[in-house]
Amino acid sequence: MSGSLVATAEAIRVESPARRAWRRLKRRKGAMVGLGIIILLVLMAIFAPLLAPYDPTQQSWSLVRKAPSAAHWFGTDEVGRDLFARIIYGARASLSAGVISVGIAILIGVPLGLIAGYGPAWADIVLSRITDAMLACPFLILAIALAAFLGPSLANAMIAIGITATPIFVRLTRGQVMSVKVEDYVESARAIGNPKWRIALVHILPNVMPQLLVQITLTIATAVIAEASLSFLGLGQQPPAPSWGSMLNAAQRFLTNAPWMAVSPGLAIFLTVLSFNLLGDGLRDAFDPRVRD
Amino acid sequence: MKMGGKPPLLAATDVSKHFVARRSIFGTPRASVKAVDGVSLTLRAGETLALVGESGCGKSTLGRLLLHLITPDQGAVRFEGQQLSSLPEAAMRGLRRHMQLIFQDPFASLNPRMTVGDAIAEPLILHSLVPPDQRKTRVAELLKQVGLRPEHAARYPHEFSGGQRQRIVIARALAGEPKLLVCDEPVSALDVSIRAQILNLLRDLQRDLGLALIFISHDLAVVKHIADRVAVMYLGRIVESGPAETIFADPRHPYTRALLSAIPVAAPQQNRQRIVLAGDVPSPINPPPGCHLHRRCPYASTRCATDAPALVTDTAGHAVACHNTAEIGPVGTLVPTESAHDPRLDRLIAAFETSPPSPQSSPSPGVSP
Repeated sequence: MSGSLVATAEAIRVESPARRAWRRLKRRKGAMVGLGIIILLVLMAIFAPLLAPYDPTQQSWSLVRKAPSAAHWFGTDEVGRDLFARIIYGARASLSAGVISVGIAILIGVPLGLIAGYGPAWADIVLSRITDAMLACPFLILAIALAAFLGPSLANAMIAIGITATPIFVRLTRGQVMSVKVEDYVESARAIGNPKWRIALVHILPNVMPQLLVQITLTIATAVIAEASLSFLGLGQQPPAPSWGSMLNAAQRFLTNAPWMAVSPGLAIFLTVLSFNLLGDGLRDAFDPRVRD
Repeated sequence: MKMGGKPPLLAATDVSKHFVARRSIFGTPRASVKAVDGVSLTLRAGETLALVGESGCGKSTLGRLLLHLITPDQGAVRFEGQQLSSLPEAAMRGLRRHMQLIFQDPFASLNPRMTVGDAIAEPLILHSLVPPDQRKTRVAELLKQVGLRPEHAARYPHEFSGGQRQRIVIARALAGEPKLLVCDEPVSALDVSIRAQILNLLRDLQRDLGLALIFISHDLAVVKHIADRVAVMYLGRIVESGPAETIFADPRHPYTRALLSAIPVAAPQQNRQRIVLAGDVPSPINPPPGCHLHRRCPYASTRCATDAPALVTDTAGHAVACHNTAEIGPVGTLVPTESAHDPRLDRLIAAFETSPPSPQSSPSPGVSP
């Protein structure tokens, strides 16, 4: 009886580093608001057909550029489509562009960063030079150039953004790996006979994850903007499928007489980017070893 | 130093390691630090060898060279007769379970994202020592062996104190059933109150498991407590080595004498010979020619500035690298034995124990020495 009591007391005290970070993150209001909005946006994108009051592509010549009203909360666009429905469906393009392009960047960037940081010296030299060259180009310019090269479509825009974001992850991973690999516990892992790949995956990578996670949220925010920008330029989501960026593009011609066309997609982008940034900042603080709890 | 029929557990011959300290703008090395410079030593199974010397003398580098965590530039390290640098990568990894390293800083030497149980089980998995279903039992056994409880396996390193972490590190090292343990300043990051516990644990484990220990330390008091043999290093070279009693009773090298005369002993009244070396340790990038100590040594002769003295071993296994051992002569009292308490201190303690302290019997004015 008393033995089991002691055991439960022990079990309660055990806290993994991930759990501790989560507990610390929960105390940050901004991060939790950001996380809440992100969850709402994701749910909105998933359940778009249930939530949208109209078909986002259905045109109506009697409803062209109507101001917001009870029937059309966010108003209608230049061909009479309901903006609220288009915002809800547009979340799919924006969020998937953010997540998938950053996913591409991680899948390529993190392994390359590990190789550059922990592999042979020549690999580091080669990879670092390529990374430097790519980082020398402004993010959007490179993304636009790549997207233009690949051809206009949402999938190509995601690939272009993913490739453009890759050097950020190569460099971050490399730097973190270099600071972690000189830790005693990595030498200790070598001393007990770990092969090199296992040291990289079991001992180095988990200790690089916190910084990566912060960068992931911040880069998703950048990618959402990049997707909107590419769609604005006609290189992303193709009409008539809705995307916040292409909605802004359509709105710019009617800024003076139908400003609501620009307001709703602009706010949607703003809110999404702000949420990811808030979450990223919160994560950074939650993982910061200098902050004691 | 003598070898019987079978080879010693560990033998290093003329091992050197130089690190590049400065490079030209084209990347060619321009200056190097001779961290370890032609060191030879042997270690038999079950023996404790202490490597002593001040910070930066190369003792930690030597420890890592012996474990082949760093590849030597020159010379060879043999473990049970096998030359480590000639072994293929996989064979070397297999051998690693027999030679383990314990670090100075127990806060840095455990992966913060691994539970203690996983960390201790890792050598068992890597070397397939225990079938998977018995790993938990073995981990529990190892934890008990180092004085921790089996429940601790589920916790993370950040939940433990320094002394407990060092015990975890030792348990992890023991999991591979090592024959050699290199302890790199294992207690210097710990509280004084914990040091003795960890040292005793190491000594007990050595006795029970027949481990050979290489004990790297700058703390001669600790070394005296644990070592069979002592090797004193100065700027990458061994300047004196021999059985621990001989080194402490009859140090022949001026550097060893200076080190010993600096051990703090709680016997301020006793007469004691103090040997203070002049100046600072020279830069290891550009050490003085000849004997590295000659510019600081009170006994230096002209020959010391040109010829590096070889390490000469006498019949008792006491080796010294000095040209002038004959001239230096016998040593006085370098390390006074810790005497019984000062009688005045005893009286003071007695006074405190019998009566509770009151403002009238305040000891400070009455018992000034």
